[in-house]
Amino acid sequence: MLNRKLFKNARLLDPSTGLDQIGSVLIRDGKIEDIGPKVFIDTTQEDIEVEDCGGKCIAPGLVDMRVTTGEPGSGHLETLETVSKAAVAGGITTIVCLPNTEPVIDDMALLEFIERRGAEVGLINIKSYAAATKGSLGEEMSELGLLYHAGAIGFTDGDKAISNPMVMRRLLSYSTVFNSIVLQHPEVADLVADGVMSEGLTATRLGLSGIPPVAEVIMIERDLRLVELTGGRYHVSRVTTKAGIEAIRKAKKSGLSVTCDTAPHYFALNEDAVIDYRTFAKVSPPLRSEIDRIAVLEGIEDGTIDAIASDHTPRDQDSKRLPFDQAAFGVVGLETLLCVTLEAVHNGSVSLLKALGAVTVNPSKILGLEAGELIAGRDADFVIFDMSVAGRIQAENFYSKCKNSPFDGRPVQGRVLKTIRSGKVVFDSNPIG
Amino acid sequence: MALMTNPTDIQQENSPVYSYRHLLSIEGLSRFDIEKLLDLADEYVETNRQADKKHAILRGRTLINMFFENSTRTRTSFELAGKRLGGDVINMSVSSSSIKKGETLIDTAMTLNAMHPDVLVVRHADSGSVHLLAEKVNCSVINAGDGSHEHPTQALLDALAIRRRLGRGLEGLIVAICGDIAHSRVARSNIHLLSIMGARVRAVAPPTLIPEGLERLGVEVHHNMSSGLKDADIIMMLRLQTERMKGSYVPSIREYYELYGLNSNKLKMAKPDALIMHPGPMNRGVEIDSELADDIDRSLIREQVEMGVAVRMACLQALVDNQTVPWAKNQS
Repeated sequence: MLNRKLFKNARLLDPSTGLDQIGSVLIRDGKIEDIGPKVFIDTTQEDIEVEDCGGKCIAPGLVDMRVTTGEPGSGHLETLETVSKAAVAGGITTIVCLPNTEPVIDDMALLEFIERRGAEVGLINIKSYAAATKGSLGEEMSELGLLYHAGAIGFTDGDKAISNPMVMRRLLSYSTVFNSIVLQHPEVADLVADGVMSEGLTATRLGLSGIPPVAEVIMIERDLRLVELTGGRYHVSRVTTKAGIEAIRKAKKSGLSVTCDTAPHYFALNEDAVIDYRTFAKVSPPLRSEIDRIAVLEGIEDGTIDAIASDHTPRDQDSKRLPFDQAAFGVVGLETLLCVTLEAVHNGSVSLLKALGAVTVNPSKILGLEAGELIAGRDADFVIFDMSVAGRIQAENFYSKCKNSPFDGRPVQGRVLKTIRSGKVVFDSNPIG
Repeated sequence: MALMTNPTDIQQENSPVYSYRHLLSIEGLSRFDIEKLLDLADEYVETNRQADKKHAILRGRTLINMFFENSTRTRTSFELAGKRLGGDVINMSVSSSSIKKGETLIDTAMTLNAMHPDVLVVRHADSGSVHLLAEKVNCSVINAGDGSHEHPTQALLDALAIRRRLGRGLEGLIVAICGDIAHSRVARSNIHLLSIMGARVRAVAPPTLIPEGLERLGVEVHHNMSSGLKDADIIMMLRLQTERMKGSYVPSIREYYELYGLNSNKLKMAKPDALIMHPGPMNRGVEIDSELADDIDRSLIREQVEMGVAVRMACLQALVDNQTVPWAKNQS
């Protein structure tokens, strides 16, 4: 039989089992057949393709739990095809799309559309959230049950906070029927008002209106009370402040069903990245102070922050080359997720398996996906990467249609060599050699 | 370190008054840069008082005034400055520009750039917009006010007005800046300039109008007028910028006037010879009592307007001189 392939002499890294050892992965028909330091194969029996990884790392294909695409509605920004190409270039084999498309994904037909288009492209596993409220207007609950059965991974209004506490209460309460999860954009909109960056000295110097950091913790603390009341499953999307992380840490200790993620820019950059009115560093929630940045790293290391998502938000030049006030929020991140996360490992802030867990098994477990683990019987989704090779991020080389990265030109260590999805090489950084 | 040379000497010697390509902010300038600009402006104050005010420094040069926000005094002041230096001045106002037709700021800048102006004077409602525009054009750019960020020529003319009236530098002066600091570009430019020149700066306003982190710029923050004005040498009043406010920052105009408006009673807290300034336009009965504004002995308000033309002539000359020398730095 063909379709068996052995990747040998690799540093196997699986955060789900704590595996960090030189070994091999054997795949058959798109599944992992065996993995470990000693994989038995009888080469006399059959002809097996063998690839020597030369000691490079193999980790589960990354799971990115927060991706904005342009499909449907804004294909000029990103299609499911370009998003897939960008994802595999970043070692990502599973993405979960936000419902804030045009139209908003609050209907079963739209979920089916995403699934069908994703399968057509066929490079990665594409899942989608559904809008928590109809049209993401924050007023009426979407058809959670129908959407859940149509494949919605969770419920969120994307980059809009679910502001009305009554709506939030009902969402958390009703979603327990399916044991589904509600994801919140943690900001009190009235406190954000017309703010464009984090409040503080830098905003004052630049004459930009500030977003007070307390806007985050107030929303998180309110919601945690509702979680306590309803027993719902609650996830904070992009926690960015020390106070917000502290609130979640406490809630976890007291046993509440709460999880959270952050994004690489919240631990690799601080508010000073917007000095000179750099609109490519304009994100929502905004980049915070150095104290908050360090708190995010500590949160990842101690497990308070479960996941790191790219928060990939494609924006074209026209929406970024504007005065700061008018420029759009958001950065692309699929192709920099792994290398910027590895930066936190290289500088000693986060251990390697912790960091990898935050981009593989943790988001997968939170969302109930079968991904992010190197286990026999699972789809052979993994990434081969070089931990230490030095290079620079070059946005112009991105597969993503949009190049709005705040990391353009940043020196990094670590590079994706190959991405394997269901046993097939879907990305090869060096296709000839 | 006053450098007493007259404008024509400077041209002949080709020595730098100011070594940057643009004038976008006070932050980043040195005391030396500021003093040289003020010295040059001093010369122009004198020539502006003569019957023949015309110079040839800008002859053959084109100055475009681009005002995306309404302005009377600043625009007129730049226009006069340009004309008195012998330049060709064109005024573009937002109502007649294509910005209203959806053209972006950068497109407009590129279009104007293709007409080869020598200096663009820009006012815009968004902080940082003049900075953005300056990155895209080949000529020099003067920031005539961007959002709540900076208004450098205003701070320079304020400094010149103080310097001339007091006949001394600004070191050690206690300057109280009162009112809507949060939305004020004049306040930010003045805070930087006064600090650079060694003055002690106070910000006096209700907490809702003090931006976060202001004290870290070296400013003493006061929330009531009596402590804020105590022993002040200079009182700078600011206008309530209601057009930039979203929501209510003060309960009412009458409460604001009562607590933070400048009247003769509150003025008693300051030094007996304290001077009053206002960048204009004034709201009489909101932030300042009408009588005080008109008090020739105490008020510098009219001098501020006069200094405005001279300071802008100095800035224009400095930038245009710079365009002929290769070492002009890119920013600021």
